[in-house]
Amino acid sequence: MKFLSEYRDPQRVESLVRRIHEVTTRPWTLMEVCGGQTHSIVRYGLDRMLPAQIELVHGPGCPVCVTPLEMLDAAHRIAARPEVIFATFGDMLRVPGSETDLYGVKARGGDVRIVYSPTDAVELARKHPDRQVVFFAVGFETTAPANAMAVKVAHDAGLGNFSLLVSHVLVPPAIEAVCSAPHNRVQGFLAAGHVCTVMGYVEEYPGLATRFGVPIVVTGFEPVDVLHGVLLCVQQLESGRCEVENQYSRMVRPAGNPVAIATLREVFDVVDRAWRGIGVIPGSGFALCAEFAAYDALRRFEVAHRPVAEPAECIAGLVLQGVKKPGECPAFGTRCTPEKPLGAPMVSSEGACAAYHAYRREPAEAGS
Amino acid sequence: MSFGACPIPIADYPVVTLAHGGGGRLTRQLIERMFRAAFDNEWLAEQHDGAILEAGEGRPVLTTDSFVVSPVVFPGGDIGKLAVCGTVNDLAMCGAVPRYLTCALVLEEGLPMELLWRVVSSMGATAKAAGVQIVTGDTKVVARGQADQVFVNTAGVGFVAAGREVRPGMVQDGDVLLVNGDVGRHGIAVLASREGIEFETSIESDCAPLAATVQALQAAGVELHGLRDLTRGGLGTACVELVGERQTYRLDEAAIPVRGDVRGACELLGFDPLYVANEGRFLAIVPERDAARALEVLAEHRPQPDAEPARIGVVDRSAPGRVVLRSVVGGERPLDLLSGEQLPRIC
Repeated sequence: MKFLSEYRDPQRVESLVRRIHEVTTRPWTLMEVCGGQTHSIVRYGLDRMLPAQIELVHGPGCPVCVTPLEMLDAAHRIAARPEVIFATFGDMLRVPGSETDLYGVKARGGDVRIVYSPTDAVELARKHPDRQVVFFAVGFETTAPANAMAVKVAHDAGLGNFSLLVSHVLVPPAIEAVCSAPHNRVQGFLAAGHVCTVMGYVEEYPGLATRFGVPIVVTGFEPVDVLHGVLLCVQQLESGRCEVENQYSRMVRPAGNPVAIATLREVFDVVDRAWRGIGVIPGSGFALCAEFAAYDALRRFEVAHRPVAEPAECIAGLVLQGVKKPGECPAFGTRCTPEKPLGAPMVSSEGACAAYHAYRREPAEAGS
Repeated sequence: MSFGACPIPIADYPVVTLAHGGGGRLTRQLIERMFRAAFDNEWLAEQHDGAILEAGEGRPVLTTDSFVVSPVVFPGGDIGKLAVCGTVNDLAMCGAVPRYLTCALVLEEGLPMELLWRVVSSMGATAKAAGVQIVTGDTKVVARGQADQVFVNTAGVGFVAAGREVRPGMVQDGDVLLVNGDVGRHGIAVLASREGIEFETSIESDCAPLAATVQALQAAGVELHGLRDLTRGGLGTACVELVGERQTYRLDEAAIPVRGDVRGACELLGFDPLYVANEGRFLAIVPERDAARALEVLAEHRPQPDAEPARIGVVDRSAPGRVVLRSVVGGERPLDLLSGEQLPRIC
């Protein structure tokens, strides 16, 4: 396919791998922030092509994985209400809360529907004026603009029966949290390309790079992108630089997408948010601002906040922060599988544990 | 395909009612005017409780399958065509010549009679094309909401001649894996039509009967060590299910044909085309010496004119029990069964 095959070109991959081998003289630990990159790395076996000194650890960039249990439980309780049509992206269906998942809610009579865009959910609200349509707004800065637009469209159309269950999270505070963690061993970052397509990389990333002394390379998702990102990052590390660089320049402009950013500012406020397995990160999420608060499903349905404990054995938090790899978990592939996941990284296709499991990394190998 | 006018007078019964499943006059009218008209054969004409069949050459082979696809009509086919192809193909994958099918329908009250006629006449036309007879059947009607328009079950009987049986376990080291065309069309066509997703080109299902192709391979003297139709779960699942404990299937991702528009849709929707359903594609595992001839036969029997058969891999013992895919960039990864499902109700 045009614009894609060239980024999966074996010759370009080979030449990038050769250059990475040439420039690497010392061990380096890099984190790819986004789950899409993790998936690509494991799917194409990219990490196995790298020099042994380069270790890739997987970041917190899987929105499904970091959605807190409390939020999932709230979603499941709202979705179970008879007046509600609960619209969601497909990958949220199997994510376990403390009691059930959306498949379970659906099986017991909940009206749960898979949509491919938040505007599909707005359409549902238009078609079913007698029902309450709730869209589960999960994701990073990438999906937030479309969700913000959906609220605006519903507002303009006077669709009082539409609401958002907002669980948006933001990448830069997560990078800050990883760098500040006491066990941190990440020396350079491949930042999430699509997040930067929206937000750009000139506002928050340079400060992080300088403050923590880490190179940050805005990186795409295809094999050529990821390897090119690794090369740029290693080149910086080898020469003692810590700058923000843009590998994904065919998609990402320095200032991002101003229209999308303006829409986000209009609809959302930046708030503290809890990340599953990590805890509350200050200023790391979006919530609907006062003007659009009426579209907040949590308010509309007054779901009580019920704190719940994670399965004790699950090390998802450590995996999401890059401290441990999936294979280092004693439950990996035995008591925790995609069919019966203990934690969310085993559910979402972008979750590090699921990616390792899908591509049958053996526990020993996965832990190496 | 044109189906002619619905033989049940629309003015009388524009939709299926519970009475059509009651066993009385209306049930009879359905059987007489619709099923017998569409399937037209001596067994149905007998109006007996069952069909007394002629034995064919070799041993009998029996299979059954239920079809619940939504939507009932999709680009390139409908549930009726699917129900015939699915069962015919299961028989063909055993090396058998399909002969007889049953047809059991579960209809939802309120189903438009025109739609039922389309499904039934499509079954008749596909059965004729595949050389099988629909010899007995059953119709039940359930209340609105208790089924989704129409569910179809077909059982099939075929006969496999001595020496032509194909079973798992016959595959040998050094054998070659072939597919009879590009993968992923059916799943994407159904999804796109269900969700109202439009692509620049229209993707039609690859749904097609495959028995004639298998018979042509046999007639050309190709030794068939393995056959598997690539339905639910697609090529990836078929390989994982088929691979023996001691053997390894090594697939070359770059050699697996996927049409550009299907690949694009998969990229967009986050699907792996290797796990998307097909209804007119199969994996043939043959000895190296027969591979070229088999590809020629497959090229002569394309389910669609643009379906390009391909050699996609080999069998060895390098990683016992595994299916290993060499990715387009040269890295390798094992293929496994999917944990959930990529698409709901595609067959």
